Amino acid sequence: MIDLAVKVVLALFVFFGVLNLAALHTWLERKQSAVIQDRVGANRASILGWRLMGLFHPLADSIKMFTKEDIVPAGADRILHTLAPVFSVFFALVTFAAIPFGDRFLLGGRVIELQVAKINVALLYIFAMLSLEVYGVILAGFASRNNYALLGGLRATAQMISYEIALGIAVVGVIMIYGTMDLQELVRGQGQNLAGWIPLWGIVVQPVAFVVFLTAALAETKRIPFDLPEGESEIIGYFVEYSGMKFGMFFLADFLETILVACLATTLFFGGWQVPYLTSSGFQFPWGATLPVSQPAYVLLGVVSFSIKVVIFCVLFMQLRWTLPRFRYDQLMRLGWLGLFPIAVVNVLVTASALAFLKR
Amino acid sequence: MAVKVLRRRDLTVWEKLYIPQIASGLKVTTAHLLRNLLLHSAHRLGLLQNRRAAVTFQYPEELRPLAPRFRSRHRLTVRDDGTPRCVGCMLCETVCPAHCITIVAGEHPDPNVEKYPVRFDIDLGVCVYCGYCVEVCPEDAIRMDTGILDVAAYSRDAMKLDIHELMNPSLRKPLTACMLEFPHECRLAGGEVSTRDHQRRN
Repeated sequence: MIDLAVKVVLALFVFFGVLNLAALHTWLERKQSAVIQDRVGANRASILGWRLMGLFHPLADSIKMFTKEDIVPAGADRILHTLAPVFSVFFALVTFAAIPFGDRFLLGGRVIELQVAKINVALLYIFAMLSLEVYGVILAGFASRNNYALLGGLRATAQMISYEIALGIAVVGVIMIYGTMDLQELVRGQGQNLAGWIPLWGIVVQPVAFVVFLTAALAETKRIPFDLPEGESEIIGYFVEYSGMKFGMFFLADFLETILVACLATTLFFGGWQVPYLTSSGFQFPWGATLPVSQPAYVLLGVVSFSIKVVIFCVLFMQLRWTLPRFRYDQLMRLGWLGLFPIAVVNVLVTASALAFLKR
Repeated sequence: MAVKVLRRRDLTVWEKLYIPQIASGLKVTTAHLLRNLLLHSAHRLGLLQNRRAAVTFQYPEELRPLAPRFRSRHRLTVRDDGTPRCVGCMLCETVCPAHCITIVAGEHPDPNVEKYPVRFDIDLGVCVYCGYCVEVCPEDAIRMDTGILDVAAYSRDAMKLDIHELMNPSLRKPLTACMLEFPHECRLAGGEVSTRDHQRRN
């Protein structure tokens, strides 16, 4: 019973944390783009005269989205049309269950893993859910009864499936090195230090995989420079026929995916909740100094470290979004199949050979 | 006809690698981001006010500086005794290419002045802001230097200015009382001749 309560609390924590971060993404997107482009950005929404640098705009947006008319095109499949955005958001949200955001901590003689669902094949689960997200996209295109939406949906599907392969293979190298698919164990494996002072994070041992992963993950989330499935105003994406909150849900799913990718990149390549030189007993600096840290503080530091890394990745993705132009479709496919895929495969082979050589 | 063939420079290997180019692009955007973040923060603290972080003018609160010769909403200049300088010579009404000025002249009590406008209306919905009325006026009685740009109304009638608003640019519709001391035909005093009727008469 208490176990269940703990899980519910953890799930709600992750759920609301992620949703709020997604809402903040709309704010970040506006403000960051504005600052990059020497503008001021959205700052007019106010409550009692307080503007708080436009932080109320996400609120205003959601009120607007919920109160707008919801249009289902004539001849569209009403059920599937409604189901598609639900699919997108649902599969984006459930993926977060497998992300560990902190080390285990003891509460009243109970070991609580800071992870909603402890799955021993968490990576497979995440990739499965990512693949299922394609359904939201293809259903949206199909159910709209609009040829352009259908084409957009097909484009998006092809892109997501292509890049999923590179994404999966890029991760194989990491799995081989740490020898586990359990993300919690994978993060613990990154707690050691290389040569005494370099944290043995995924980026250190798998830099090529990191680049491939990041590129493929950006494509997977359909963000600029790979946003041609959406291409909001120019090439018409799969959600042309959506309005109101259904449209908002597609956008929400988009931001959720971005956060998910940030979480994954953090977990796989940047040591998840690991703080450099921090062990469960306290800081152990390479120059010999130690600083004892209590158990709750240790766990809290881990959660903070994880959050900071995720936010940094979100900002980096945003920065890329406002830097790069969009790929052409053939360039996109060529990059995926002839660029990332072979690199990822070679990376796996090299990693395997190196591991075999080192073991011998 | 000679055909000029434009050859695009081939990309170098460094550029084809793409990742260095991403880095250089990120350098530009990040430099802007950091510079503006720094300036915005400094402005919050009241520092570096002379360096702008954003090119944005926060419009209703912050207005763009206007050039001295900028033509904005009209006004009628006033004599020391509060009567309009206008002598009702009709030059501006005559020169106006848009026919947006309506003047009805009346006899001025001072024989040296001869006439003054009983009515002076400008239909801003028709005005093209050419400034000919200002150029042609022999008495410097009409000027376009109020700096008022936000002329907006819900109806065409509301776009029409009468002598009150022209003599006092700070007045805003709806006007409730007539403040002018000298005799004139204004809506508030019951002297109603619509501009359109007047133009048709012409």
